[in-house]
Amino acid sequence: MSMTDVQTTGRLKSFLKDQLRNIAPVFTLLALVIFFSVASSSFFSVVNFMNILSQISITAIIAVGLTYVILTAEIDLSVAAVANAVGITIAFFTLQPDYVNIANLPLPGIIAIVLTLLTALAFGLITAFGVTWIGIPSFIMTLAIMQIANGVSALLVRGQIAYSYPELITMLGSGSIFGIRWTIIVAIIFLGVGHLVLTYTRFGRYIYMTGGNREAAEYSGVNVKFIIGSVMVISAVCSGIAGMLAVAYFGSAQQNQFDSYLLDAIAAVVVGGTSLFGGRGGIGNTIIGLLVLGVLNNGLDHVQIDSFLKILIRGLILLSALIINVYAQRLKESE
Amino acid sequence: MTAQTDSGGGLPPLLELSGVSKSFGGIAALKDVDMVLQAGEIHGLVGENGAGKSTTMKIIAGVYHDYDGEMRIDGTRVHFRSAREALAAGIGMVHQELSTIPDLTVAENVFLGHQPLTKMGTVDWARINKEAKRLIASLGLDIDPKTRMGSLPVGLQQLVELSRVLFSGARIIILDEPTSALSPPEVKRLFDVLRKIKADGRGIIFISHFLDDVLEISDTVTVFRNGKKVATEPAATLTKDAVISHMIGRGSIGMHMGESADLTGDDSKPVVLAAEAISDGKQLRDVSLKLRAGEITGVYGFMGCGQIELARALFGKTRIKHGRFLLNGSQKSFKSTAAARGEGIAFVPENRRMMLFRTEPVYKNVSIAILDRIHRLLLKPKSERAIAGTRAKDLQIRPPNPNMMLGSLSGGNQQKVALAKWLTHLPKVLILSEPTRGMDVGAKEDVIRIVKDLRDRGVAILVLSTEPETILTLADRVSVLRKGRVAKEFNSGTIHKADLLAAA
Repeated sequence: MSMTDVQTTGRLKSFLKDQLRNIAPVFTLLALVIFFSVASSSFFSVVNFMNILSQISITAIIAVGLTYVILTAEIDLSVAAVANAVGITIAFFTLQPDYVNIANLPLPGIIAIVLTLLTALAFGLITAFGVTWIGIPSFIMTLAIMQIANGVSALLVRGQIAYSYPELITMLGSGSIFGIRWTIIVAIIFLGVGHLVLTYTRFGRYIYMTGGNREAAEYSGVNVKFIIGSVMVISAVCSGIAGMLAVAYFGSAQQNQFDSYLLDAIAAVVVGGTSLFGGRGGIGNTIIGLLVLGVLNNGLDHVQIDSFLKILIRGLILLSALIINVYAQRLKESE
Repeated sequence: MTAQTDSGGGLPPLLELSGVSKSFGGIAALKDVDMVLQAGEIHGLVGENGAGKSTTMKIIAGVYHDYDGEMRIDGTRVHFRSAREALAAGIGMVHQELSTIPDLTVAENVFLGHQPLTKMGTVDWARINKEAKRLIASLGLDIDPKTRMGSLPVGLQQLVELSRVLFSGARIIILDEPTSALSPPEVKRLFDVLRKIKADGRGIIFISHFLDDVLEISDTVTVFRNGKKVATEPAATLTKDAVISHMIGRGSIGMHMGESADLTGDDSKPVVLAAEAISDGKQLRDVSLKLRAGEITGVYGFMGCGQIELARALFGKTRIKHGRFLLNGSQKSFKSTAAARGEGIAFVPENRRMMLFRTEPVYKNVSIAILDRIHRLLLKPKSERAIAGTRAKDLQIRPPNPNMMLGSLSGGNQQKVALAKWLTHLPKVLILSEPTRGMDVGAKEDVIRIVKDLRDRGVAILVLSTEPETILTLADRVSVLRKGRVAKEFNSGTIHKADLLAAA
C-alpha cells in the first residue's frame, strides 16, 4: 500500500468509527426492507408503506420528546402511561354515548382540549420538579409518574371504555386528507419541528452540550436544571398529544392500551443510534429507528412466522441495537 | 528519641530504605533515597508537591514495584509486588481522602472485609460490636460502635479508619496529611492517639504540609526536595524556618521565576467582587476577600484548604450558608452558574475536563458561554467559527483551526480553549483555579501572559493554587488560606516562597 492509501484507509476508518451509530441503523433498515421484499410478495407496495407510516405515527410523536430526554442522558419511563392518562382525560371531558357508564365532565371541545393539554403539561412539570429541584434520578422519578398516570387513568374510566372525543381530535386521530392519515402528517410536523429546534436553536445546542458533559455545561454557565426540566416537560407534552390522537386512532379510550408504546418509543430512539449516554444522535436517527421498528413489526406480519416468536425477535433486534449503541460510544471516547 | 537509642543497640530498624530510586518514563522521581524508621518512632516527612514523598510512600505500600534499591523490614529484605503483600507484611496506610463507608456502622467499618463469623456461618454481630468497642476504647476514645459512620465528624471518622488499620495488624502506619481537615482540638486528640500507638512499639510515618504539626508530633523529620532526601534530623533540634529552608533549598531565594514576588496591591483600585465572611458550613469559615479591577489576587493554600470550595461558591456552583457577596457594591446571591455568568463572572476550574467537551469541535467549546450574545434564539455557526478563530489567534492556540476536535489538542492548548470561552466579552471577574498546573513551559508562559494582559485590561482576577510559584508569578496581592480560613494577607512589599509556606 502506498502512503496515500494508508492515509485514505486511516481517514475512512476514523470516519466509520465516527459514523457507526448513524450507519448501522441505515444498514439494518435496508437489510430488513430487502429481506421482507424477497420473503413476501405483499410487503413491498405503496399501500403497505403507508400502512407502516400510519402504524409508527403515534410512536413517532412520543419518540420526539423522548429523543430530547435521552440526548440529555436522562430517561422518561412514563411516556406510555402519560399518553394513556391524557388520552383518557380527553374522553373524560367529552360527552359519551349513553351506554358508557362514566361519571364524566363533558365540556365544549376546545376547552376540553386545552384542559387536557394542561394535564399533560402538569405531568411534565411534576417530573421536572422532581428531577431537577428535588434531585430524584429520572429513572425512578418517571417510574413513579408512570404509576401515578396509570392511577389517573384508572380513576377516570373505572374499567369502562370511552368512545367519544372532540371533533378536532377525532379528525386528527382517525381522519385522512388526500388519502394520507392526519396522524402521519402530525408526526411529520413534530419530527420536523423537533429536528429544527435541536439543530438550529441555542436551546438545542444546550441539550447536546448538557448531554455530552453536564459538568462542563454547568461550568460554562448553562442553566442545566432548566434544560433538563424543559426536556421532561417537552416529553410529557409530546406523549400527551400522542395519547389524545391515539384514542381516536384506536377508536376507544381505556386502561392499559398503550403498554407496548414505552418499549417501542425507547427502542426507536436507541435503535436509531441516539446515544444512551447523551450528547449524540438526534431526530434523524430517531426517524431511521422508527422505520426499522415499523418495517420489522409490519414485515413479520407478512411472512409465515410463529406469532409468538415475533416478540422474541423484537427483543433480539433491540439487544443488538443496544450493543452497537454502547460500542459506538466506546469507539468515540477512545479517540 | 528514647526508642531510637534503645533499638540502636543491635536490633535492626523496623523499616529501612537504602538507595531507593524510581523513575517514570525516564524522568527520575526519586533519587537514591535512604530512610530509617525505628519501632516506637514517629517519623515526619515533608517536602513540596512533587518532592518525592508520595512516590516513597507508594513504594513502601507496595503500589510501585519496579524501583531500584533495597527495602528491609526488621532487617529482612522485602520487595512487595502488590499493596496486598505490603498489607500482609504489616504496612497500613490512612489516606487524606478517607476510605471509610459512611452508610455502615463504626464497627462494620473497623471489621470491613474481615468480619468474624459464627458457627452458623452468619456474621457474628455481637463479637464485631464488642471487639470494635474494645479496640476504640484502647485508643482512649469513646464512640458507640453502632453509630453510623457518616454521622461522625471527620476527625472521628479518621480515627475509626486508623483503628481499622491497627486491627489489620499494621506495625508500620503511614498517615498522609492527617491534620488537613482537623480543627485544633481534633489535632490534639489525634496526637494523643498517635502517642499511644507509638508506645506499643509501632512505627508511624507522618506526611504533612503543616510544619507546626510535623514538628510537634515527630521524633525525627526527613525533608525531601526534587526527589532527593536532603535532611534527616531529630525534631527537637529543628525549627520551622530550618525545615522551610531545607524544603526550598538555600541560596535559591529570589533566583528563579516564582521564588519571590514584589506585591503591588493598590487600595485605590475599585473593588469589583467582595466576599464578606462567607462560610459554607463545611470547608469555608468566615472567608473575606476583595477582588479589585485590574488586579490579580492570589489565594495560596495546601490541598484541602478550601480553595476549591471558595471558587465554586463565587461562581454559584455551591451555595453559602453565611456571609454575603457584593458585586460593585450591591449585594448578590449567585443561585446558579448561569446567574453568575449573567453577572459577568467567569471561572476556569482546576481540572480541564470539568469545563470542556472533548468530543466536540473547538468552536462549540468556545461559543457555549456566549451563544446568548450571538443570537437570542438561533445558532449562528459562522459567527461561532469566526469568533473561535479570532480567539485561537489571540491565544496562539495550535493548530488555530476552530473545527478541530477538542480532544485532539494538547493539554496546554485545551487550557487555552477553556480560557478562550470567557474572553469574547470581557468578564468583570475571572476566577482561575490552578491555571498552569501540569502544563509545559511554553504553554505556561502563554497562559501567564494572557492572564496578565487581562488584568491590564481591567478584569478583576482571582488565581487559586497549591503551587507557590504560580501565585508568586501572577499575583499582585496574596491571601493564604489555612483550613478554610484566611490565615494571612500580603498586600505589598517583597514576599518569598518561604513566607507562603510558613503562613499556610
